Amino acid sequence: MTVRLTINGAERRVESPPDTPLLYVLRDEVGLNGAKYGCGLGQCGACTVQLDGRPVFSCLLPVGALEGRQVRTVEGLGTAASPSILQRAFEEEQAAQCGYCIAGMIMRAQALLDRVPDPDEAAIRAHMQANLCRCGTHMRILRAVRRAATAMRSTVSRGTAP
Amino acid sequence: MKPVWRHLLIAGLAGSVLAAGVALALAWEPAIGRVPRPDPAGFDPAIVARGATLATIGDCAVCHTAPSGAPYAGGRALGTPFGTLYATNITPDEATGLGNWSPAAFRRAMKDGVRRDGEHLYPALPYEHFTHVRDDDLDAIYAFLMTRRAVDSPAPPNALIPPLGFRPLLAGWKLLFLHRGPVEPVPERGEAWNRGAYLVEGLGHCGGCHTPRNLAGGEQGRRSLAGGVAEGWNAPPLDGSAGGWSIDALVTYLGTGLHSSRGVAAGPMGPVTEGLSQVPAEDLRAIATYIASRTGNAAPVPVQERAEEAARAHPEGAGLFAGACAACHGGGAPMLARNRPGLGTATPILAADPRNAIQAVLQGIPAPVGPDRPFMPPFSDALGDRQLAEILAYARARFTAEPPWRDLQESVTRIRKENTRP
Repeated sequence: MTVRLTINGAERRVESPPDTPLLYVLRDEVGLNGAKYGCGLGQCGACTVQLDGRPVFSCLLPVGALEGRQVRTVEGLGTAASPSILQRAFEEEQAAQCGYCIAGMIMRAQALLDRVPDPDEAAIRAHMQANLCRCGTHMRILRAVRRAATAMRSTVSRGTAP
Repeated sequence: MKPVWRHLLIAGLAGSVLAAGVALALAWEPAIGRVPRPDPAGFDPAIVARGATLATIGDCAVCHTAPSGAPYAGGRALGTPFGTLYATNITPDEATGLGNWSPAAFRRAMKDGVRRDGEHLYPALPYEHFTHVRDDDLDAIYAFLMTRRAVDSPAPPNALIPPLGFRPLLAGWKLLFLHRGPVEPVPERGEAWNRGAYLVEGLGHCGGCHTPRNLAGGEQGRRSLAGGVAEGWNAPPLDGSAGGWSIDALVTYLGTGLHSSRGVAAGPMGPVTEGLSQVPAEDLRAIATYIASRTGNAAPVPVQERAEEAARAHPEGAGLFAGACAACHGGGAPMLARNRPGLGTATPILAADPRNAIQAVLQGIPAPVGPDRPFMPPFSDALGDRQLAEILAYARARFTAEPPWRDLQESVTRIRKENTRP
């Protein structure tokens, strides 16, 4: 069975069996290795990607359910040479230790900042609660999200970039 | 207009004005004067500790704490069929909380639903139940609340359907639905049962969710614990009409949020079990003793496992289940370790109404309170209505012998829409 979906803005046809979780399709068929396999049980968030702008666990998302839907992964944000505002904030706050959770953290945080440009601390914490970091860099991750929110607001107010 | 009509009209108007006047007079309650905020050091620590337990049994913090807010500082929205009410601040803050309330004002609020300033309180504060609580217990709760940290936090204004913002109307509601007086002891039932009856019918206010309400929002007294609705979830019947429980099973379920052959506390029941996990064992057992006497102890239904038939009937649901659910709910899944219940024993999937099963997949089951409580992620953003309906139809066919749910997809659509309302 072929499933047509949009991945990072480009239309893709994927051929994996319909019960295959999106995470495996991204990593094994499409070659996008940003999203990570953590627990496979929707408990840790390492596999978080955006589906139609909402953060979801790609390890529990059968690809057969995704006909016509929009998937965005960390590869859709920026590159090593030209990181997005949020990716740069994670760098500047040195929010990664081992880094395994970070792609998921970034995709969850980006989903919040896309909807709420000025989230308060409680909103950030409530939103990020679903993703875990076993190294314990949560405080740096929260700082990075706050830093990115501030940076995005000032870019928007200067009218330079989205 | 003919004179006779005019006279009748005038008489009618005069009668209405008189009736309204009498009603307002009946609705009137005096203010109870402000008192200086009591010194926390003046309360007996033993009474404060007893008040802490009673406040936990009464679930005060569940409603009176906003998400991520300070405990007891209020602000949590409570959606009702009549509009949205906001829980008030019950910390001892003088400007926005109970700081200037006397013990008498607190007792009156709990037993009669009247605010210190004489205004009527909405029955979202379950004074239908709290009216049965003994004064010494209310005084202990008062001591506990008055020794909390004062938080300056005014409650947002309520948003109710007109004319329900007019509080004197509540006096009429109370005439119909507020039945004062103690829970009558039944000596031959023994001490634990009587303690349980007092806690369940009083502070525990289990009927607040588990008893059906009439159109005016009053509990249907003759259908006590026959099952109700709370915040978009069904509160299952506790009167034996939907299965029985043993005392031991209830102690485990209520005290941990989890029973290996009964399921997991989800929705508004999660915070209830979180509270009950902290109450003294004898009170928990008393509550279980009383509830078990109401449910009866019929054996749970035998667990079904009919994967092949279910897959033939719902091939799409089977594929979606394999990709989205089987990692936790399939055979041999790690999530089923540590005595966690299989889907075939979960009450939502056995229920005649799919509402709670739909809510569990849409909203998930939030973060655990104990080490063994599972966390189920929400699927509302991941899967569409038709896909969720396929999964639920497959799971119902695979894990139960119950008839298929009808109009499942329409129900998913409707409940998803309900969940987006504040």
